[in-house]
Amino acid sequence: MLLINSFLFCGFVCLISQIILDNTKLTPGHITSILVVLGALLDTFHFYDRIIEAVGGGALLPITSFGHSLIHGALAKAETEGLLGILMGMFDLTATGIVSAIILSFIFTLIFKPRN
Amino acid sequence: MKNTKYEKIADKHKAPETRIYNAFIAFLSGGVIGTLGEVIIEILGTFDISRTDATPIMITIFIFIASLSTALGFFDTLVTKFKCGLLIPITGFAHAMTSSSLDYKNEGPIYGIGSNMFKLAGSVIIYGIVSAWLFGTIRYLIGGM
Repeated sequence: MLLINSFLFCGFVCLISQIILDNTKLTPGHITSILVVLGALLDTFHFYDRIIEAVGGGALLPITSFGHSLIHGALAKAETEGLLGILMGMFDLTATGIVSAIILSFIFTLIFKPRN
Repeated sequence: MKNTKYEKIADKHKAPETRIYNAFIAFLSGGVIGTLGEVIIEILGTFDISRTDATPIMITIFIFIASLSTALGFFDTLVTKFKCGLLIPITGFAHAMTSSSLDYKNEGPIYGIGSNMFKLAGSVIIYGIVSAWLFGTIRYLIGGM
C-alpha cells in the first residue's frame, strides 16, 4: 500500500510542478523554492508528518520534504532549548542530505571534465 | 524578430497535447522515483534498519546516483525526456549542485567550484531556512510547544 501511495504522491507533486512549468513563466528554480516554502508551511502544524506516515518514502523524496525536515528539526530542538533551539536544530535532519550533496558534487567535479 | 516576441508567438502555437504529455510523463517518472525510495527503505528494513535511520541512507543513495549521472553527462538528456519528474525530487537538487560546480570548474577551485556550487541550489536552501525559521518562530510563540 505504501508503494502505491508513494507512486501517487511523488507523481502528483511532479505533475503539479510540470503543469506550473509549462503554463507560466516560472523556472524550475522558482518552483523548487516555492515547494520548499510549502513543505515548511505544511509541517508548521505537523501536517506533513501525517503525509509521511501515510505515504512513506514517496513523501521524503520531493523537495517539499527538505522544508519539512528543516522545520521539524528546529521545532524538535525548540522543545528542549527554547527559542534558540530553532536556530540550533535547523540542520539536525537535513545535514546528511546537504553534506553528502556537497561532498559528492565536489568529488565528482574533481574527477570528471565539464561537457557542453 | 526580437526574442521575446518570437517566444510569445511560439508559445501560442505550442500544441496543448505536448503539455498533457509532459504532465503525464512527469507524473509517471516522479511516481517511479517515489516508489523506488519506498522500495529502498523497505529493503533496508529487512536488514533491521528502522525507517528513521533508513531515510538519510535512501536520500544519500539518490544524491549519489544523480550527482554521478550529472558528472557523466547523461542526466540532462534524462531531464529532457522525463521533465519535472527528475527535477522536483532530491535528484534535481543534487543535479543543480553538481552541474553548476562542473560548469565553473575551469575558473579555479576557489572562484570556480567554491563560489558557484550553490549558484542554483542556494535559493532552495536560503528560502527553506528563512521560511522554516519564520514559521518555526511563529509556531513556537503562538503554539507554546
